Amino acid sequence: MTSPYPFASIFGILIVALSLSAALIWVERRLLALWQDRYGPNRAGPFGLLQVLADMIKIFAKEDWIPPFADKAVFVIAPAIIMVTVLLSFAVLPIAPGIIVADLNIGLLFFLGMSSLGVYSIVLAGWSSGNKYSLLGGLRAAAQMMSYEVFMGMSLMGVVLLAGSFNLTTIVEAQSKLWFVIPQFLGFILFLIAGVAEARRLPFDLPEAEAELVAGFHSEYSGMKFGMFFVGEYLGITLISAMIAVLFFGGWMGPWLPPIVWFFIKVFAFLCFFILLRASLPRLRFDQLMSLGWKVMFPLALANLVVTGAIVTVFK
Amino acid sequence: MLSIIRTMWSVFLHTFHRRVTIQYPEQKAYLAPRYRGRIILSRDPDGGERCVACHLCAIACPVDCIALQATEDENERRYPEFFRINFSRCIFCGYCEDACPTYAIQLTPDFEMSEYNRQNLVYEKEDLLIDGPGKYPGYNYWRVSGVSIGGKGKGEAENELPPVELRRLTP
Repeated sequence: MTSPYPFASIFGILIVALSLSAALIWVERRLLALWQDRYGPNRAGPFGLLQVLADMIKIFAKEDWIPPFADKAVFVIAPAIIMVTVLLSFAVLPIAPGIIVADLNIGLLFFLGMSSLGVYSIVLAGWSSGNKYSLLGGLRAAAQMMSYEVFMGMSLMGVVLLAGSFNLTTIVEAQSKLWFVIPQFLGFILFLIAGVAEARRLPFDLPEAEAELVAGFHSEYSGMKFGMFFVGEYLGITLISAMIAVLFFGGWMGPWLPPIVWFFIKVFAFLCFFILLRASLPRLRFDQLMSLGWKVMFPLALANLVVTGAIVTVFK
Repeated sequence: MLSIIRTMWSVFLHTFHRRVTIQYPEQKAYLAPRYRGRIILSRDPDGGERCVACHLCAIACPVDCIALQATEDENERRYPEFFRINFSRCIFCGYCEDACPTYAIQLTPDFEMSEYNRQNLVYEKEDLLIDGPGKYPGYNYWRVSGVSIGGKGKGEAENELPPVELRRLTP
């Protein structure tokens, strides 16, 4: 079952996702400024909205330089991978009834797989840059993704058990009576933390950690290649916010307003939450990040899965 | 965990705080009355240049941004032939103003002197001279100093006694 207008859906989602992630640059700067008692960009256009355009013109006009010590082919392909994997994940995202590109019956697995593939982009970028800081960033990204991927998947299994399906549309429809955030509150918290780590946002932005690694894996990138990492990061945040909305907050479900409006309200709320996280929390140390992942989050996710499984088995 | 949530809440409360940014071109920042900005050369109340080209400002200047050359007019009044301040070097420390014996060089609270061309930051005497006396309205160096110039001999300055005749013993 796919949407009745596949091409309209594909292009609509592409355009909305890309322009949303571009606008997010502005939203993030304005919100960070708001929480730091500043104004942020407010000169270019109304409310500084044209700042996005100015940034894009700037980034297109920048010299696109490939360092001579870099592994050229990999260096060029790395930023494309993150864009491709994140955009592919948007394909299985049920935005509203009928607005979905591919209603896969393993949509959730597809999302998990694609977000795992995204780490290749960062590892390859860090490796091919031929720069020790980039390499360190890439290695950190690899370790971080490995440890957070595991309990990210586990934390979602509770949702899958309750909904009885990997299909995201079915999962949303299963929440028509009760959003999964209530029975699966622990799962929600775990997925939220894993999602922040997956999107490499503060406080889990160890791979780029500008205070210690210059800019981590994208130290050597410039011009539009850097822009693609940037857009990939913002798309990733949008994707994680959308997944939180779909898996735990009933996706498009909501009274009075049309479903698509509800979906965007929920996504936007989580985007703001992500930015608030960045505004308020300091970056973790790397060993803290790893021990939090393996010693706290992983057992909690396992316990959550076991308890949910037991309850579902008993009551069925 | 609780402290993290508390941090986030207190950051979120900043949504309702007043912003500290001053929107500069529309909204001016408060400048202290003695703010040290653009340097000017003042004139005495009669309209003559106060600067006597003593070079003390140029010597006091820690970044050597002042250049001048002394000369004299027909009344034996010293004045600078040229007076040049390179504002791309100037650090607005105000030492020149402190060093000036005649209150000629003064710093004003104007700081909006950006240029697209670096060369335009070199101000000549015509750019520096203003029409008025600046911060010291009544002061006229040549009227109070004991130096004799054309039109004012020894002992004719304000608060100055006539000179003592050194060669004679009678008072």
